Amino acid sequence: MSLKALDYESLNENVKNCQYAVRGELYLRASELQKEGKKIIFTNVGNPHALGQKPLTFPRQVVALCQAPFLLDNPNVGMIFPADAIARAKHYLSLTSGGLGAYSDSRGLPGVRKEVAEFIQRRDGYPSDPELIFLTDGASKGVMQILNCVIRDQKDGILVPVPQYPLYSATISLLGGTLVPYYLEETDNWGLDVNNLRQSVAQARSQGITVRAMVIINPGNPTGQCLSEANLREILKFCCDERLVLLGDEVYQQNIYQDERPFISSKKVLMDMGAPLSKEVQLISFHTVSKGYWGECGQRGGYFEMTNIPPRTVEEIYKVASIALSPNVSAQIFMGLMVSPPKPGDISYDQFVRESKGILESLRRRARIMTDGFNSCKNVVCNFTEGAMYSFPQIKLPSKAIQAAKQAGKVPDVFYCLKLLEATGISTVPGSGFGQKEGVFHLRTTILPAEEEMPEIMESFKKFNDEFMSQYADRFGYSRM
Amino acid sequence: MRRFVIGQAKNLIDQTRRPRPHHNNIRLLSPLASDPIPVSSSRFFSDMTGSDSSSSLPVTIDSINPNVLKCEYAVRGEIVNIAQKLQDDLKINKDAYPFDEIIYCNIGNPQSLSQQPITFFREVLALCSHTALLDRDETHALFSADSIARAWKILDQIPGKATGAYSHSQGIKGLRDAIAAGIEARDGFPADPNDIFMTDGASPGVHMMMQLLISSEKDGILCPIPQYPLYSASIALHGGSLVPYYLDEASGWGLEISELKKQLEDAKSKGITVRALAVINPGNPTGQVLSEENQRDIVDFCKKEGLVLLADEVYQENVYVPDKKFHSFKKVARSMGYGEKDISLVSFQSISKGYYGECGKRGGYMEVTGFTSDVREQIYKVASVNLCSNISGQILASLVMSPPKPGDESYESYIAEKEGILSSMARRAKTLEEALNKLEGITCNRAEGAMYLFPCINLPQKAIAAAEAAKTAPDTFYCKRLLNATGIVLVPGSGFRQVPGTWHFRCTILPQEDKIPAIVNRLTEFHKSFMDEFRD
Repeated sequence: MSLKALDYESLNENVKNCQYAVRGELYLRASELQKEGKKIIFTNVGNPHALGQKPLTFPRQVVALCQAPFLLDNPNVGMIFPADAIARAKHYLSLTSGGLGAYSDSRGLPGVRKEVAEFIQRRDGYPSDPELIFLTDGASKGVMQILNCVIRDQKDGILVPVPQYPLYSATISLLGGTLVPYYLEETDNWGLDVNNLRQSVAQARSQGITVRAMVIINPGNPTGQCLSEANLREILKFCCDERLVLLGDEVYQQNIYQDERPFISSKKVLMDMGAPLSKEVQLISFHTVSKGYWGECGQRGGYFEMTNIPPRTVEEIYKVASIALSPNVSAQIFMGLMVSPPKPGDISYDQFVRESKGILESLRRRARIMTDGFNSCKNVVCNFTEGAMYSFPQIKLPSKAIQAAKQAGKVPDVFYCLKLLEATGISTVPGSGFGQKEGVFHLRTTILPAEEEMPEIMESFKKFNDEFMSQYADRFGYSRM
Repeated sequence: MRRFVIGQAKNLIDQTRRPRPHHNNIRLLSPLASDPIPVSSSRFFSDMTGSDSSSSLPVTIDSINPNVLKCEYAVRGEIVNIAQKLQDDLKINKDAYPFDEIIYCNIGNPQSLSQQPITFFREVLALCSHTALLDRDETHALFSADSIARAWKILDQIPGKATGAYSHSQGIKGLRDAIAAGIEARDGFPADPNDIFMTDGASPGVHMMMQLLISSEKDGILCPIPQYPLYSASIALHGGSLVPYYLDEASGWGLEISELKKQLEDAKSKGITVRALAVINPGNPTGQVLSEENQRDIVDFCKKEGLVLLADEVYQENVYVPDKKFHSFKKVARSMGYGEKDISLVSFQSISKGYYGECGKRGGYMEVTGFTSDVREQIYKVASVNLCSNISGQILASLVMSPPKPGDESYESYIAEKEGILSSMARRAKTLEEALNKLEGITCNRAEGAMYLFPCINLPQKAIAAAEAAKTAPDTFYCKRLLNATGIVLVPGSGFRQVPGTWHFRCTILPQEDKIPAIVNRLTEFHKSFMDEFRD
């Protein structure tokens, strides 16, 4: 009998320990049901185009021309492509060393990185060095690369917000590090209290953990909150005092649905604070083409910018990037287009603005519709989605439901979400996939379904929820906060 | 140059000064005595002033993951950095150099050296990039009818025709179906689309497998020496042990089962659990195409020893000699009667090589067979954390595995392009091989496949001594001299590992055909003067 080469037992434990609920149990069940013919509304992942959002026209025109440069030689190309798209395609092709099919510099095309630096400079008012900007196959890859650099062994801890986007917990698991949670305050609009941070760090250190980095997701995922400038200052000072590198996940910076707290980058705040902090705090900021109003998830385009990372460390990060040869070139062009979109006067400008505004204004409306819809249910409390793409309502579950879940061998919010899925086809991600306080349950859904379908979706949810509640009602009320 | 040497020296000092941490000290099973290159060679020699040992910062060279420090990737390493600096300087100081351009022969990146993409593939990609084109009448004048039809077919397989959406984490189902069909057509044995995991190039797939297989430095992976340094780098990053098996240069880089057995036993005696055998076929950098008999022995070996067979087959379409043919390991295993329960096999394919050379698109897949469902779930889970590979690359991978067929409108032009590229590669391989064999002290095995020549250079003692004085590996010393004299960029053999005491360099066969004579001339002239200088 032959030996089993790779069986479950001999698999790397880190792999077994890692979880990624966004495409976990609920999603797999939803896919099964879809195969059986049930209509599923996938709200498990921030994937706008999958829910009907149209790609912006201009970047698609430019990239199509870059894919097939022979079109540019065709005298009739001007009939179906506007002149500025043609010019832009020529521009990006000239930045490559052989078109889309050649490996670029492992950090990304220098010309595109320059455009990213210029964007950052315009946004923040401070210079940005293209040499410290690395393009990656999606922001996730960048996060993994940086965490791989920072985590040496299980004694290295990474401060991660709870609730968090489970890329962080999954990656920390895979790398064999330790996740050090800091809790966001639901009653305070998912606010970040520095005291919570201090407590978390103290506790970790008492267990022999070296806390190395702090992750902030701003705007938050799944929670949507936008950090205030004061908050960011506190965080940066905290990182300075505790000697932590700050990982600023800012992929939702274009998705802002209120006006009280516009997006401010961590880099800007850090620079505003001046020396010595601006020269000492280590910061890595992440961005993507997958979110915002672009929603180009399938391209896999992202970047990270390093601040105050010493040259030889930058070299090592470069070295690891070079093993993967280069990020995909099409996405690099999308990134270039995102950071330097059509300008007033450009042929495609009006269309671009119309399309972008249309998407953002609709997202803002949908954020409101969803929040209000959830809050209209007695046992549901939902903070407003200030930013990002998600709604993260708290579902207060009666103890009978919790018992039923236990009997079914499921975590209560998984139990609830599975029932929701089976009843309505709405595929969400249970709050346990993101982390939450003990005994408190949530689910994450996106605000991405088409605006005209929203009212029906919320109706459907409410109907299910009310039925669920009457099925499991008890005299003792709901799960407590 | 002087600053670079200072940088090297500084690194050596820093390396000895760096405190040895209490955690994993990764052992490489065969320490290469012939490899004095410091672990972390300085790239940015203009930045020497920036001190890295600022102890107040949490993330510095002294505190990052030691596995990162350990790993090396010479294909884009030291020599390439020098070349890039030279290239920048050439723009302003044209007369300072005995050459007027840098020729990159270090990396299998065909389209950067003017190889053209396959027209049909790019037509389909352009239409999928901007689907509005399909609604316009003018499109029929600009695109071939079958590319339009294929684009429609592909878009119908994508929910909502949304090429900008994350797909299934294994890749779009319809595209995997096309790939599975392509595998079946190639091998004559069925392939299951659910066994396919599409990745951003083949490399991420290799990393995924290393992640699953390696739990500690006690886990070993058998790798060919010489090898493509993705393997050594990935093993180092994941904290495992590379167990080398030496290919036999004298017999055309043959793979001996006796050598595999020997290295396996040796590893076991050192407490290493060998988990997998990596085979690159056609080979990189060595270019050999395995015989079917050899492949059968390898399959049997893996089956008997309970090893996962990692079959890197990215050069499957690059075979240049009439007496050899590519056979996939899947086909070989199945034709031996071995099925899912007999052998665990992971086969890697990429869109970067072949005749399509679409490196920058980052597309590829691994076909995973012979694993239990609980293991496959874990593979899926790891793939899902990154959500999915880029859609454009996925589309290309499906086109590569199901290209135009006889009778299709684009077939004639497609075949002409494909054969043009492959026959040119075969010619260039031959020309360069012959030229290299004419050089004093150089012997070069033929490139049966892949994209490289890997000649053995018998360096005179004087040269070796000079290299040692410069604190450089002798083959690196040769390659640096070559670069500075000719502008030609190669990768020293030490980047791929070699039998200790032997020296090689890897040169691609990819520069444009009309540039090859000039390259041969420059190389020949340089080599002669080098030997004149260092001949014993």
